[in-house]
Amino acid sequence: MADQRIKFYQTGTFTVGNRLLDPERRTVQARMERTNSLDSGHRACQGCGEALGARYAIDAAMRASNNRLVAVNATGCLEVFSTPYPESSWKIPWLHSLFGNAPAVAAGVAAALEAKGRSDVRVVAQGGDGGTVDIGFGCLSGLFERNDDVLYLCYDNGAYMNTGVQRSGSTPPAARTMTTPAVGPSPGNSFGTGKNLPRIAMAHAIPYVATASVADLHDLEAKVTKATMLRGARYIHIFVPCPLGWAHDPALTITIARLAIETGLFPLFEAERGRVVARTTIRRKVPVEQYLEPQGRFKHLFGDPPDHKTIGAIQAIADENIETYNLLPPEDGVGHEALRNHA
Amino acid sequence: MAAAVALCRPEVISCYPITPQTHIVERLSEMVRKGEIGSASGGCRYINAESEFGALSILIGASAAGARAYTATASQGLLFMTEAVYNASGLGLPIVMTIGNRAIGAPINIWNDHSDSMALRDAGWIQLHAESNQEAVDLHIQAFRLAEALGCPVMVCMDGFVLTHAYEPVDLPTQAQVDAYLPPYEPIQLLDPDDPMTIGAMVGPEAFAEVRYLAHHTQLRALEEIATLKAEFLRQFGRESGGLTECYRTGDAETILVALGSVNGTIRDVVDEMRDAGVPVGSLKIGAYRPFPVGAVREALHPCKRAIVVEKDLAPGKGGIVSSDVKMALRGLPVIVQTVIAGLGGRSITKASLIRMINEARAGKLDEPHFLDLDWDVIRTELARRRQRRRAGPTAEHVLRQVNAVASKVV
Repeated sequence: MADQRIKFYQTGTFTVGNRLLDPERRTVQARMERTNSLDSGHRACQGCGEALGARYAIDAAMRASNNRLVAVNATGCLEVFSTPYPESSWKIPWLHSLFGNAPAVAAGVAAALEAKGRSDVRVVAQGGDGGTVDIGFGCLSGLFERNDDVLYLCYDNGAYMNTGVQRSGSTPPAARTMTTPAVGPSPGNSFGTGKNLPRIAMAHAIPYVATASVADLHDLEAKVTKATMLRGARYIHIFVPCPLGWAHDPALTITIARLAIETGLFPLFEAERGRVVARTTIRRKVPVEQYLEPQGRFKHLFGDPPDHKTIGAIQAIADENIETYNLLPPEDGVGHEALRNHA
Repeated sequence: MAAAVALCRPEVISCYPITPQTHIVERLSEMVRKGEIGSASGGCRYINAESEFGALSILIGASAAGARAYTATASQGLLFMTEAVYNASGLGLPIVMTIGNRAIGAPINIWNDHSDSMALRDAGWIQLHAESNQEAVDLHIQAFRLAEALGCPVMVCMDGFVLTHAYEPVDLPTQAQVDAYLPPYEPIQLLDPDDPMTIGAMVGPEAFAEVRYLAHHTQLRALEEIATLKAEFLRQFGRESGGLTECYRTGDAETILVALGSVNGTIRDVVDEMRDAGVPVGSLKIGAYRPFPVGAVREALHPCKRAIVVEKDLAPGKGGIVSSDVKMALRGLPVIVQTVIAGLGGRSITKASLIRMINEARAGKLDEPHFLDLDWDVIRTELARRRQRRRAGPTAEHVLRQVNAVASKVV
């Protein structure tokens, strides 16, 4: 699949102008025939990154699968806010079993479809970072190594938000959670801990791994579309701010997600069979302070005087990502390297 | 066993190996690879899961997507999948699972008792116990039919090693016979893009009790269904298999032994020998432990003077598990119910021990609960040793040293 190369941005934003694209390449969510698979009326918080990410991801998967999609959901915010009995926001076949088994349940759905010769129906599994990197990790690794025909979507907001903001294996260093409180000599989450699940997924050499963000929804849709059309185990790790858990203004969800990319803290890339094949370069590199400061979970870093040492350590992580994934733009200054490299 | 499961035409099999189940899943994986399992509507997929929790979770998805689903496990494996065990029944998915009944550690022990399936007795699954390999074959065929009729998962429990590793001739039905008894799976609920539905929603206090009552109601319906399926099985296969309970020489019995599973064979031999000596004993086999056949047990035991429940499990701090159910079934009746904990961790239950125990019970000398063949010298020595030193070390290793045995020796 070759996505269209874009050189233009809407004035005053960093968003690719949908209107500038060929009609066939335009955003799924902007189409009359979008499926609204996660329908309105659910109970997500204002500014919820996960609700936004799931809506775009599932609608894109629906379009890519010809509306032949089954979704399996891990326990978590997405499950709770979308299906308070007897209401459901899902307009697709949807199954919730447990917190830690969504990858296995989805593998079972795929196996049943295969046994019945139903190659037309595609399977997605989805969960938060807790359900993915921690409690569901064993089942997920099993799905990866067996190369089961499932697209797994992880909505990463960096903590157990549904249970009231406790640390997960995806909580960033220095972040305050209810179980890594901002007290003591090194407040917040410890440095040198946590899992990089996209890298772990790549180590299984599965057909497709990508990171995506609600700050670049067109890119998110393109990755989900591409992944839906592939067979075997596929994994997309989606960055979704949580205004409640991160203690930021709900209006800043997209801004903060964008700053995570522009600082280098959340690199956007794609990998096939364990090798990085495309990445989105940073259009304008910003220091990590800009990302950290609007978030209450990092408030303890910005006292009087600010905790320059800790902020410096976070900057070092961002700089390392920039180097590892080669995130600074090439000489010609063109931004979306990932789009250019789709082939 | 694998051949019996294959006759039922499962569509998704997912397993994680554990003794004493391994040969069943090994054979099934081979049969799937050779294309020997399948139906007109499709083939069978075998998935090597990363854990028992994963194995049953895979079947939850497979069953919800309309496939006939099967797994087998035992012991630690059953406990490891516990959360999914409850979930499968809560969702009403008719999965069939063989349990090769095995003790639970620590101390780790691979031999037979009923601790594993007893631990999950209230997980909402139907639990059928096989007495022989022939009955195990027949129960699997009945189990798929029962599960799918009710929308309720079924465990077929067979004693580890005693049955799972026994070689004896069995009558394997033909595919045509099984097809006539077990129609293709028609799901009650289905993940279908043409008819999208939400399965597994969150339920609060406003409806949870009603949903749970309906799970109980399903089990009550199973009481009738199990009896019906037994009768139908007899008609179609010409063999008595399954059912809620089975009485043996209970008519005028003063003492009736109650048990689950393979030990019933030994017990019947004991009944015959004691009857020959003029002692009025009989036996009651419980075939379905969940749902618990209160009516049938009461009917069978109400005329007797004494019921002795011989059970291969232990509720520490309480005693018997099955005996509590039997007492509940006999409430208000003047029947003495005694508990005999026997066969833990694979210890043999011998005729001689049973006869000695029955005679003690008839003489009114049996303690409650009674631990069959317990070596009290070992117990007293170990208790004394632990009183002497705070850091007395691990109990299991010291007990082993006392009995001067290696851990894998079966006595």
